[in-house]
Amino acid sequence: MDSLQLFLANFADWDSFLMIWPLLWQGLQLTALLAVVTLPIAIAVGLAIAVAYSFHNRPLNVALLIWIDLFRSFPVLVLLILIFYGLPFLGLKLPSFTACVLALTLNNSGYYGEIFRAGIEAVPHGQREAARALGLHPLHIIFLVILPQALSRVLAPLASNSLELVKTTSIAALVALPELLRSARVAQEQTYNPTPLTAVAVIFFVLLWPFARWVARLERDMLMRQR
Amino acid sequence: MARRASRATTRRRISWHASDGRGRPRDVSPLLDNFFNRQILAQYGPSVLAGFWLTVEVALLTILAGVGTGLALAIVRAMRVRAADIAITIFVDVFRTLPQLVIIIFVYFGLPYAGLQLSPFAATVLSLGAVLAAFATEIFWSAIQAIPQGQWDAARSLGLGFFQILFKVILPQAVRLAVPLLANRAISITKGTALGTAVSLPELLGRAESVMAIAANPSPLTLAAAFYLVFFVPLVVASRWLEGLGSPKFLHGQR
Repeated sequence: MDSLQLFLANFADWDSFLMIWPLLWQGLQLTALLAVVTLPIAIAVGLAIAVAYSFHNRPLNVALLIWIDLFRSFPVLVLLILIFYGLPFLGLKLPSFTACVLALTLNNSGYYGEIFRAGIEAVPHGQREAARALGLHPLHIIFLVILPQALSRVLAPLASNSLELVKTTSIAALVALPELLRSARVAQEQTYNPTPLTAVAVIFFVLLWPFARWVARLERDMLMRQR
Repeated sequence: MARRASRATTRRRISWHASDGRGRPRDVSPLLDNFFNRQILAQYGPSVLAGFWLTVEVALLTILAGVGTGLALAIVRAMRVRAADIAITIFVDVFRTLPQLVIIIFVYFGLPYAGLQLSPFAATVLSLGAVLAAFATEIFWSAIQAIPQGQWDAARSLGLGFFQILFKVILPQAVRLAVPLLANRAISITKGTALGTAVSLPELLGRAESVMAIAANPSPLTLAAAFYLVFFVPLVVASRWLEGLGSPKFLHGQR
């Protein structure tokens, strides 16, 4: 019983939590802002890559595949460190928030690009031919005929990757951006106990868990259709 | 680019930037001098290489521990013991939902308060292994469930026992179904080895960063980036190929 109380006093101390909550709340807002800014940009860039790919121009597609695989291969933290600590040597000093948005966008443009690309490629070719026979503009063919069908096929990886993106925003802590995780590390210097870390874990879990369950269900349905 | 165009007039400024007072060659572009500095690379290359081997080690251990644990937990789930089901579901949901970096930081900086002080190496492998185990459990279990019930019934009517059915009939099919998803997941989690730098694990990125600070030059970082590409590009390309195998639609759909 004593050891349990000691454990709780360390990891879930309510007074410590109340003391550091304002700091965590600010961090949470920054985390949310980072996610809300990055998600649409990364999705748009990925979509642009996939649409460009769908025109099947060979040199362009080779370049796009290299872009996709390059950024899927780079750990996003390495990208962030290169941008934040490397670029200043070329005279380009980005604020940490911008650097994070840039790193996350580049990294995820590869992932989203590949997801959309695979989805578009999986739509039967006859759809494109039929649309062309009707005299539709090439962009209309993509956006009105191909993409709606592609999206329903790739909903699971799309949702999964978006969840990963939101989780990955926490690497911003490593370039001193005071988002949720960083705030907790700072708060720990006030509380001298791991309660802030527990709080961050609980906050992330409560906010993301419903989404994670939804993603898991989508992925399971996808496997069921594939068998 | 603009700078280069009028090279003669800017040479003095560039060499002032590029010089570190040790009398290195002055007639170099800032890009080459900063990111591909041969002298720095020769001096600190071995240290970065040591970091690369540590990264490979962490990556392999993470995959072994993660996939092994995931398969084991999925098999336990297939036995349908209620208490085990609940415990495994909680484990899977927690480690699938929390960001990897939050887990690593918690394990390394939090657990010592509970009397458990892990080395940076152990903290990184344990955290990443647990995350991969959670995803792998989910993937294997979904794949096992995706095998039609008729397979179980047919095998049972042949007189096979539970484990015989599982290992000889169900798993060979389920594993094939699971491989593309699992490969993707394993690669993306393995890239998290770079997060070890947050708990001062001297892996590839960590080494490159500390060497960069000593040399006041980011060339080691370029080298680290190149090492990451050497390691991960083949895996990423292979995983695309696996995906194609996994879903016939992508192979025979069109074209």
